Amino acid sequence: MSGYQTGVLIILCFNIMAAYAVYLPLVAGQLNLGIAGFMAIGAYTAAYLTTETGWPLAAALPMGGAAAGAIALVVAIPILRTHGIYLALATFALGQVISAVFLNLEVVGAAAGYQVPLYAPPIAVYAMTAAVVLFVVALSQTRFTLYLTAIKNDRLVADLLGLRVRALQVAAFTIGAVIAGIGGGLYAHHFSFIEAQHFSVSLSIYTVLYVLLGGTQTVWGPLVGAIFFSLAPELLRAGESWRYVLFAALIVAFMAVRPQGLVTPTGIRALFRAVGRRAATSRVRS
Amino acid sequence: MIAQQLINGVMLGSIYVLVGVSFTLAIGILNFLNFSIPGLFMVGGMVTWVMLTGGWHWAFAIGAALAAAALVSLAVEQLSYRRTRGADPEVPLVSSLGFLVLLENLALLGVGSDQQAFPSLLGDFNFRIGGLVIGAAQAISLVVTFLLVIGLSIVLGRTNLGRQIRAIAESRSTAVLLGVDVGRLVPKIFVLTAMFTALGGVMFALSYLQVSPFMGEGVGFKGVAAMIIGGMGSVWGAVIGGLIIGVIEVGSIWAFGADTVNIAVYGSLLALLILRPHGLFGRPAIREKL
Repeated sequence: MSGYQTGVLIILCFNIMAAYAVYLPLVAGQLNLGIAGFMAIGAYTAAYLTTETGWPLAAALPMGGAAAGAIALVVAIPILRTHGIYLALATFALGQVISAVFLNLEVVGAAAGYQVPLYAPPIAVYAMTAAVVLFVVALSQTRFTLYLTAIKNDRLVADLLGLRVRALQVAAFTIGAVIAGIGGGLYAHHFSFIEAQHFSVSLSIYTVLYVLLGGTQTVWGPLVGAIFFSLAPELLRAGESWRYVLFAALIVAFMAVRPQGLVTPTGIRALFRAVGRRAATSRVRS
Repeated sequence: MIAQQLINGVMLGSIYVLVGVSFTLAIGILNFLNFSIPGLFMVGGMVTWVMLTGGWHWAFAIGAALAAAALVSLAVEQLSYRRTRGADPEVPLVSSLGFLVLLENLALLGVGSDQQAFPSLLGDFNFRIGGLVIGAAQAISLVVTFLLVIGLSIVLGRTNLGRQIRAIAESRSTAVLLGVDVGRLVPKIFVLTAMFTALGGVMFALSYLQVSPFMGEGVGFKGVAAMIIGGMGSVWGAVIGGLIIGVIEVGSIWAFGADTVNIAVYGSLLALLILRPHGLFGRPAIREKL
């Protein structure tokens, strides 16, 4: 594989991890507009541990995830007393604060950025991405995700059925933040350099964009959305400076034509039926 | 010295007021967190600048900017708001974010990413009152802002249009039953928010003498903060919120330096959300929003 292809694939992997971090709380109707902040916490925590205290990567990454999860927990518990939009905006504010704090934190280089000598090879990134996807897919087979969907559809009914709505929402939000933290830690070690500006509002916003573009009704939506969003600007590269214009126009058009996202359960079933029919006809022909 | 900082903060805050009011109108009436607003803010400043450098009279330049913003806002209404009703509540938000990205990149194509110097229409004229300096452009912004908000309050409180707007804010279906033509009213609200936002952009350009494709982002997001601090859906809350944000921003620069602005502004927003989630002047949400 050429360096360019590897580069695109690595970006895709980080986008997939971020997408699933946004997806989990979104299944329960909680929009996280500050995913970059949680990635930054994971990145800086893990990078600090490997660089300053000599921890191995395998131990530093989970610590990064745990740190992001802890912050998410601290914010989500008071904020989730109220409804979704307040959480969305609180996470938005939190993302801004986190990025600004790292911009001023001298121990990790402040505005000059932070060098991370320990290198995570591409294979580590692929493996972790696969693990995250498998984890979320496995989780989607459990009652946990079913409960989250129930909360999103009608929190009152979910509450009446005996679900612990707030605990479930906090859990989904925290797990998402842990995924983001691990992804961030890996990001720091793969690119060997981080600075606060990497973890900007636009990163959070783009992540939410591709999750919703892919669709939140199935576990495959974020994957498809991340793939589309990572590859579309590359394919549009021919247009050079026009590509982000085209790209943004695509977002608006997709949302207008298909507000439920690209991948839906009925869509998947229809696809399987179509494939099955074609397989059946080809069998008949042969 | 503190009095001067306070004045500077209020002047800066008046820009956030207009954007905050736009956000609060969109949320309070349409239940729509309209993230195309920072883009409309940029359109206001940028189109004015383009027209002025093209040799237009300032009144026509501003008029062209307002018209452009209104057209874009109508497109947002058609594509982001109308087409996505009934979908997940995040979808209109994301679609309007798509508009923000679109507008920024179109501007980027047109003028490049550099800050552009905006011509000073008022010269270098300042008021001096008892040792305090007040820039003329800033003072005019503040006055215009207050006139606009007072005008909006009168429209919302006294006129037939305002009654219809308040009716659909209260309950859309009841308003329809009572004979409000929602299909015609909603575009008017979008044009109204576009006017407020774009004027904010024009005043920002007049006061700070610069425009750039990304000028809307920082201001737009602080407008969101202003809206939250004041309480969503409350117009005068957004006014107070905007002024508070302006004072916090100027104060934190004065006391701790420019790097701490985001910590101070968004930190206070976060603290407020945790302590008093419905804002200083908002009522707790009766209906679920988003």
